[in-house]
Amino acid sequence: MDEKLDLPGLTTAHLGRADYEYSGPSKWWGRLGKLAKWSALIAGAVVIMLPFLWMLGTSFKPESDVFDYPLRLWPTHPTLSNYVDIWQQLPFARLVLNSVIFAGGVTVCSVFFDSLAAYALARLRFPGRRVAFYLVLATLMVPYQVTLIPVFQLVFRLGWLNTYQGLIVPRATSAFGIFLLRQFFLTVPRELDEAARLDGASEWHIYRRIMLPLAKPALATLAVLYLMNNWNDFLWPLVITSSTSHENLPAGLTLFAGQYVVEHGVLMAGAVITLLPLAVAFLLAQRYFVRGIATTGLK
Amino acid sequence: MSLHDWSFFSSHHRWVGLANYDELIHDPRFWNALKNTAIYTGVVVPVQIALGLALAVALHGSGRVNTLFRSIYFFPVISALATMGIVWKFLLDPEIGILPHVLGAFGFSSNNFLQSTTWALPWVAVVGIWKNIGFPMVIFVAALQDMPASLLEAAAMDGAGSWTRFRRVTLPFLRPSMLFTSIILTIGSMQLFDLVYVMTSGGPLFHTDTLVTYIYEVGFQDFTPGYAAAISWVLFVIILLLSVFQLRLFRYDEVD
Repeated sequence: MDEKLDLPGLTTAHLGRADYEYSGPSKWWGRLGKLAKWSALIAGAVVIMLPFLWMLGTSFKPESDVFDYPLRLWPTHPTLSNYVDIWQQLPFARLVLNSVIFAGGVTVCSVFFDSLAAYALARLRFPGRRVAFYLVLATLMVPYQVTLIPVFQLVFRLGWLNTYQGLIVPRATSAFGIFLLRQFFLTVPRELDEAARLDGASEWHIYRRIMLPLAKPALATLAVLYLMNNWNDFLWPLVITSSTSHENLPAGLTLFAGQYVVEHGVLMAGAVITLLPLAVAFLLAQRYFVRGIATTGLK
Repeated sequence: MSLHDWSFFSSHHRWVGLANYDELIHDPRFWNALKNTAIYTGVVVPVQIALGLALAVALHGSGRVNTLFRSIYFFPVISALATMGIVWKFLLDPEIGILPHVLGAFGFSSNNFLQSTTWALPWVAVVGIWKNIGFPMVIFVAALQDMPASLLEAAAMDGAGSWTRFRRVTLPFLRPSMLFTSIILTIGSMQLFDLVYVMTSGGPLFHTDTLVTYIYEVGFQDFTPGYAAAISWVLFVIILLLSVFQLRLFRYDEVD
């Protein structure tokens, strides 16, 4: 009967609610549809997870297992040797250290400078404030790939290639972060800082003691986003560094995957270790990741 | 910068006017890279939005199972594109990869996908879709959770079937989110670099060259930054125009 109700012109307003819920034989169609839906969702989830499962399985395989036929997802002779060998076969400790310094440095600097700039744009009155804000807006949509050439030139002229400051300083603030935090600060009631100002609090004090504590969720979202994007970044470290002395994990691993004979299992162990900190953080603070991506730091 | 002939390593800057742009117009490598980037974007963005929409409609409920599945589909977003590119390259490897064997069982004869002029770009696109499918999904889920249930109920009372409700109520409600995701995904796709560099290095025979891999090659391997800057300008203008175009597209649709 429910199919008839789809006909145009036939109004069901006078019918009770039960009439447009499935009943009779179409109940089976509903169940079949549900079965199809969840089968598709499970199949899709398997496809999504397959590369991660294969990566994890291979990282525990001795090299002979990698070429074993028939191919298996999991090792027949599981071993931890790949996780031991990677520290010897690659300058892996150095890559980890570089990633921590690069991603951590950018995150700390950028959250700090973004919040300062955002506070100034949201609360202080100074000549050129409007112009400054429009300049930030104008650079908001410019992807860094577009400005790669001039920024590289700048880093090169400063003699900063293959240095941490060369990697970090050009990213020490971002239009996206300034914009996000400014919008957040604008939602904070003015009465709060007006009152503090009347009590003789300095602007620094208001920023540090009133605004920052209130902005914790926004700051955390931004920090997670910077951490993730820079931990995973590839093109920027590839361009600014030319040796493993300052390359981060993705750039370093790629270099070794392409140029040297490295065992597959060892590389996969490296890939697992690269993913691990973010995967753990994701399990603990999923909503910050989702919120960060949704406000869009998608790369 | 794009109007000069110069090098990173000397202070010599020679004004060449529009010569770099003139070279660009007659450069088959540039047109090829533009074509590949356009094909990749043209396929990946609509597919991501369609799949993300399907996932969001299926999984926007607040139950535990829904949340678990959403986390799984979102998970690739947090991974590094470059390292996952290595993993996918191994998965597609004719000797050690699973995929050639699985697909071989379905009658796909080509077993060296990334060396194939036909299959290399499609496989890069598959990985691109896989990586960011979670982004449109979470945006649409957020929007759907904001959608008042009374809207759908009212439509159902008026006798709208589930397809009609989706088409006439859900889709129009999601239009702003679709505009947003489509602009962000387009900008991202136009900058495709990591995957291509890792999986195919632009090959075979330049069949996966993109604008950004070409900028990288021209600027940092051939060391002709003036020319690379000219390509960067073109990329920027295209991104700008596409964003404006999408704003128009979605706004006009609203009038129906």
